[in-house]
Formats: sequence, C-alpha cells, structure tokens
Amino acid sequence: MTQMKIRNLDDLRKLRESSRDLSSARSGGETVIIVGMGTCGIAAGARDILSEVMAELARRSIDNVAVQTTGCIGMCQDEPLLDVIRGGQRVTYGRVKPEDVPTIIAEHVVNGRVVEKMAIGRAD
Amino acid sequence: MPIYRSHVLICGGTGCASSGSREVTESFRNAIRDRGLSEEVLVVPTGCHGMCEMGPIVVVYPEGTFYCRVQKSDVAEIVEEHIYKGRPVQRLMYSGSEDMPFIPHYKEIPFYGKQHRIALANCGYINPDNIEEYVARGGYEALGKALAGMTPAQVIDEVKTSGLRGRGGGGFPTGLKWSFCASAKGDKKYVICNADEGDPGAFMDRSILEGDPHSIIEGMMLGAYAMGADEGYIYCRAEYPLAIQRLKTAMAQAEAYGLLGENIMDSGFSFTLHVKEGAGAFVCGEETALMASIEGRRGMPRPRPPFPANSGLWGCPTNINNVETWANVPPILRNGGAWYASMGTEKSKGTKVFALTGKIKHTGLVEVPMGITLREIIFDIGGGILDDKKFKAVQIGGPSGGCLTEEHLDTPVSYESLTALGAIMGSGGLVVMDETTCMVDVAKFFLEFTQKESCGKCVPCREGTKHMLLLLEKITEGKGTMEDLDTLEGLAHMVKDMSLCGLGQTAPNPVLTTLRYFRDEYVAHIRDHKCPAGACAALLEYRIIQEACKKCGICARNCPVKCIPGDRNSGYHIETDRCIRCGTCFEKCPFGAIEKK
Repeated sequence: MTQMKIRNLDDLRKLRESSRDLSSARSGGETVIIVGMGTCGIAAGARDILSEVMAELARRSIDNVAVQTTGCIGMCQDEPLLDVIRGGQRVTYGRVKPEDVPTIIAEHVVNGRVVEKMAIGRAD
Repeated sequence: MPIYRSHVLICGGTGCASSGSREVTESFRNAIRDRGLSEEVLVVPTGCHGMCEMGPIVVVYPEGTFYCRVQKSDVAEIVEEHIYKGRPVQRLMYSGSEDMPFIPHYKEIPFYGKQHRIALANCGYINPDNIEEYVARGGYEALGKALAGMTPAQVIDEVKTSGLRGRGGGGFPTGLKWSFCASAKGDKKYVICNADEGDPGAFMDRSILEGDPHSIIEGMMLGAYAMGADEGYIYCRAEYPLAIQRLKTAMAQAEAYGLLGENIMDSGFSFTLHVKEGAGAFVCGEETALMASIEGRRGMPRPRPPFPANSGLWGCPTNINNVETWANVPPILRNGGAWYASMGTEKSKGTKVFALTGKIKHTGLVEVPMGITLREIIFDIGGGILDDKKFKAVQIGGPSGGCLTEEHLDTPVSYESLTALGAIMGSGGLVVMDETTCMVDVAKFFLEFTQKESCGKCVPCREGTKHMLLLLEKITEGKGTMEDLDTLEGLAHMVKDMSLCGLGQTAPNPVLTTLRYFRDEYVAHIRDHKCPAGACAALLEYRIIQEACKKCGICARNCPVKCIPGDRNSGYHIETDRCIRCGTCFEKCPFGAIEKK
C-alpha cells in the first residue's frame, strides 16, 4: 500500500486539512445554502439546482458551506428557491436556474456580495 | 475527496447494535443509493451517543437532527422527507415535556444540556473506524506537539498541572504516578491500559474504546513517551468483541500512517502496542492480577510493594491507567493542563463519565464536570425515576461502592465527598433504585458477585465474603437474628481491613453502607419477618382482599400449585403455607384484589 507516512507535525496538519470534509458537514458551515425541495420546488427543477450547488462547491473545493434542503415555504410561484445565509443575513433567490448557481456562489457565498437582480427577499 | 452535503450518523455502539442499528445502517445505504443521493450524502457509523435506551440513534447533519429508536421501516421516510425534501420527520424526534413535544436538536435535549464532553467528545461524532476523522478533529496533534517540542518531564508536568486522577476508581493523581515510573530504573518499561471493565452496569470504558479508539492509542503513546516506555498492552475483556475489533482497526491505521511503530514522526520515539484479551475475571481489573494475566499466569493479585512503577510486567517498571484516564490525556496535552484544571472541584479536576442504569428514565452514558450533584445527574440529566416512582437510593461505584440515600443527593460529586459517605467514585457506575428495591437484597446481589469473583488467594476475602453472603441469605429468608447483624458488620470490617487487594477491601462496602443508611430494613427482615419493599420472595404473603374480590376465579385457574381453593359463590382464599409466591395471581387478577405484603 502506498500510503503517505506522517513524518512531522506539518504532515499531520496537511492530513487534518484534507480530512476536514469528513467532519465539516457535522460542525455546520460558516455559510448555509438552503434549496427549497418541496413538491413545488422539485417540479420547478430544484433537484438540478441542488446538484449544481454540490458540483460547484466541489469544483471550487469549498468545504465550509452547509447545504440544506427545506420544504415548501409558500412562494411556489417563485420556485426553485435558493437561500444563502451569510454573516447572519438570509437572502432568498427566486426562479433560480442551474446556470445561475456559479454566479450566486462566486458573488454571494465567496465574496459576500448579494446578487441583487435575483434576490427576492431578505431577513436579518 | 467528494464533499457531502449531508452526513447521516448512525450509532454503532453495542447498545444500538443490539437494537438493530446495523440493519438500519444497511437500509440507509440502500435507500440513499436508490434515491440517487450517494454522491452527496455520507453514511457514517459512529460510537455511542450515550442515550442508549433511545437507540438506535441517528443524527442527520448539517442540521444536527436527532432521531430516536429508528427502525428499518423508518429509513425510507427519513431519506425521502428529510434528506431529499428537507422536512425533518417529527414523529421520530426526541419528545420532551408537554411544552416541548418534539426536540429536533441534540443540544436542546436536557440529557445533553448539563454534560461536558472531553473523554467522550468524539464518541457518536466521528467514525471510529476512520483515522482521518480522528485527525480532522485534532487527533494525534498532542502527540506531534509533544514529540517535536516537549521533554518527557514537560509532558508529566502538564498532566500534573491538569490535576487528572485515576478514573478507574482509585483516584490516584496521574501525573504523580507517571513520575514514579519515569524515575524508576530500567531499560525496558511498559504502559498498560486497563480495559477490564467488570462492574455490573458499567460501560464507560467500552463506549470510549468503541467510539474513539485512537484517543486511547494516542494517550498511551504520550504516557509512554513521558515515562520512557516503548511497549504497551491494552488489557480488554473478551466480552467486548466490538471494542477489540475497533482497537485493532485503529492500530493498523495508525501504523499505516507511521503514527505507531518505529521512529514515530522522525522523533526517535518508537512504540509497539498489543491487545491482550482477558477472560473476564473481575479480579483481573486489579493491577497486579492484570499483569499476571498478561504474563500468562493465573490472574491473582500479589502484595504491594513492590509497586508496578518499580517492578511490574515481567519485573519491569510499568504504568497502568484505566481507559478513561488515557482518553483524557490527549485533550490535556492539546489544550494545556490549566484548561483541564479549570473544571471541577478543588481536589477533583475535570470531568467524569458515568453509566446511568437501574430504575431511571434515561439510562445511558453521561460525562459531567466534577462537583455536580447526584441530584443533577439523576433528575436533570437522567430524567428522574422510571414510572415516576419514589427515589430510594443510588449505588455508586459498582460492587466496590456503596448505596447513598435521598439526603446525599445534593453532595457535590468528588473523590473525597463520596469516600466520606462510605461509597467510592469507582469507575463510574450509577445504579438508581426506587421504592420497590429492597436494600438487603441489593447488598446480597453485589456480595454474590464479589464472592463469586474472589480469586481465593487470601482467606479474609475468600471465606469472609462467603460467610457474609450466607448471613445475608439467612436474613432475606426471614431466618436471621439480631446477633447476625453484629456478626455481619464485624465480618465486613474484617474483610475490608485484611484482604490482600482492592476486590476484598471494597467488597463489604455495599453491606456497610446499607447497614449504615438502611438498618431499619435489615431489622424489619429479622424482627418482623417482612420485606418493606416487597422484594424478598420468602417474606412475602399474598392475600385476597375479600371486599374487592369479584369471585371470578381467574386467580385459582392460573395458580400453578393450585393453592387457591374456593368457588364462584363462596369466594376464594390463598393457602399461604402451600403458596410458592410466584406472583401469578397478583398479575392475573383483573380487579387488583390481591395484595402482597
């Protein structure tokens, strides 16, 4: 077996860093993305949004974001809905398309700039 | 490595495994695969969460939703509703009081509220079969830090500063013990982990071994480095197959990373570790008997001195600590001794793990700061007495401990306070008893255990416990005399003072404490031939309350010895001298017309 050997504290910290994914979902992320997966959301294509969120996070190796799903919140006409909670502020994006996901993640999740043209609601 | 948005943690401890968690884990894997979620949801088998009576326990992250008593048939609903659609399944959540019918999160459950987890920090949180998860939580960092930048003496000083004391029951200061072994002369030294947990109702050590085996390995290596040892043994009873399996997996993984074996982290420090399976003799938890057993001899204690620190395993300087003690070492080195010493009381620092069993609502495993009161443990964390009966006593410290009463409930838990009351901290077994428990019977139960487990080497323990047991049997059968009580007490003191090892020295504690706090119950058995709790079968009498009897005859038909003559017109009565006190009539009567006294 060609397993890496830990020869010093730095090696150990590297292993710790690369193993972070294994428990980061459990400690809750600094930022939370919530995808509406009620029947209305799924009918409007929320499953693809969720998959795209996961794929984009993987592409960018972002492991400090918790991704949750939630049921119908009553704004069925604006599904698929995607919420980002960052720095205590919750922003809701409506009628999200898979191609919007990289923008939301790059702008809002990574850089903290709300994507105003898609935001349909916010709560502090 | 793929990122998973959700982790499903399923308890794989012995408790939950016996209530079906393995099948549940399998069902989750299948259901998640069938729903096409394998890429984004990870199933993680973990160690014990502590709330064993609510098992199998499943925790779904990132929300941290805590599900209880999850069965195979519930899995599809959790996957579909919670994991896929984001609607947590309320009916499987922990249900608290009326104003909080469903408690979704772990931390809001009263059982966890007052706990402070250090030794159990990873139990139920990581996959014990995966070293990377341990490392992700800071594992092996204390070892790396010590090997790279601390002298052995500094490691010992840190442990001394922490105030950590032996968690196996003795309460000897760990740092001091280490310094004895460190200064002992010898080229070859050993460290041993005592995992021969044998108290009835105790499962603290098993849960740590099963839930976080790497913490024991790392703790032992820190100790070995501090004391100049290069070889270690984990002495674990063979009745803990899962613990042994997880330990072996953990050791293999640590070896593969070069964290166990020769020249660890290029420091020149080498350590070899073995697991020795014990055959389950209680006396092998005594350190000299344990070492004899490792050496392949019969597990019997020998007089001390010489102490193991000077002449232990194969005559070499040896240090023995219990599982929980070792598990506390890595966090102490990681966070500093002062951090640990900031918790607890003046002389008893840090936290202690207790196994709650008996007539308590939430049986399970809890870790609390020293100095907490027994009332907080039993009522706030444990939820109080089963069926809301009245609290009678708590047996603390296993067969070597004692029974404490209502008036002791507000005692802050520490080594000193419990010893002063005639009990001991012990390894942490807490058996709660309600009003239907007979204290004489309890004393008899524990003495039966120690009498059977006595190795027979020294006369006071071998003969003394036997005769104490005979006297207790005589009393519970209603044949005792008041002189027997004096003889019993005298014998108890003799066994306590004159036995060779801890087993005999502590075996009389249950008898002595019950005599001290519940003497009237002994007297009732002897003088009135009554068992006030209604537990001693020989002293019970069943009687039909004629006013309440509907003359249905169900009792008579069900009586296995046909000692209830009568008919539907004239009624029935129990012939006491033929009655075998089986209790069948009492259970079968639909009108509660049979009393037992």
